[in-house]
Amino acid sequence: MDATDRQIINALQGGFPVCETPFAEAAERLGLTEDDLIARLRRLCAEGHLSRFGPMYNAERLGGAVTLAAMAVPDERIEAVAAQVNAHPEVAHNYARAHDFNMWFVVAAEQPERIPAVLADIAAETGLPVYDMPKLDEYYVGLRFVL
Amino acid sequence: MPVDATDRRLLAAIEDGLPLVPQPYAAVARRLGLDEADVLARLRRLRAGGIISRFGLVVRHHELGYRANAMAVWNVPDAQVDDMGRRLAAYDFVTLCYRRPRRLPNWPFNLFCMVHGCDRDTVCEQIARLNAEQTLASLPHEVLFSRRRFKQRGARYFMKTDVPARGVA
Repeated sequence: MDATDRQIINALQGGFPVCETPFAEAAERLGLTEDDLIARLRRLCAEGHLSRFGPMYNAERLGGAVTLAAMAVPDERIEAVAAQVNAHPEVAHNYARAHDFNMWFVVAAEQPERIPAVLADIAAETGLPVYDMPKLDEYYVGLRFVL
Repeated sequence: MPVDATDRRLLAAIEDGLPLVPQPYAAVARRLGLDEADVLARLRRLRAGGIISRFGLVVRHHELGYRANAMAVWNVPDAQVDDMGRRLAAYDFVTLCYRRPRRLPNWPFNLFCMVHGCDRDTVCEQIARLNAEQTLASLPHEVLFSRRRFKQRGARYFMKTDVPARGVA
């Protein structure tokens, strides 16, 4: 990755133009050519620096729902419980964290009523309490990752 | 704002990424049998209405050198939590900042920040800075470092759509 790649990553984490030739418009702001910008984005995706180039959606405004859930899992069961949790397609990601509450996962669903259903299923399957911690407010962060 | 069936087809078609070609919206429009102008108008409306919350590149932070992350949580009095949330969100190493419900008695914390850094020491220093500069140290708080990633995919909202998923490029 060179300085131009970093400049692109810092500039294009949001605000991508919606117009007929958006890469040309974004490239002009960066002092690049359209071809160069597209080639670099393809390479950054192919090399795994970017997971994708496109929109992020607000689940609630789409009529869906998302929540963060936590569990305190006995250490010897962590693998088995992770497999039970991850088997639900609504589970978007799942991290082990260093705490008594050692498993934290995000659940996203098109139908809001699926969220309590999935959490109840996980509690029933594992025999462990599942703590639902939906966001009540989001505080706006700007550029997320500065290189 | 209302989201109609065509909006949903469009959102599903670009959920995994926009084609990396000079006229990406024309390419999406062709695939869906829509006019480019219609696609542009819909996307502008969906963005203005906050359905599209962010539009651009999505980084793999670990691969970009942000190898440590922690969830820092505080128990902030309800009357102060919104002000504090806005203050913490202004730090460039805070990548997400939310107010969430306490789950008493086991979980007394209501303000959650994700903090990313190149290594664990950096993340600890960044959280120490939040505590010192925002006089948070006297409040109950915890730092939960991630140990392992069991699963990671972006949240997908259109799992049951008939539009084939398509990667970028």
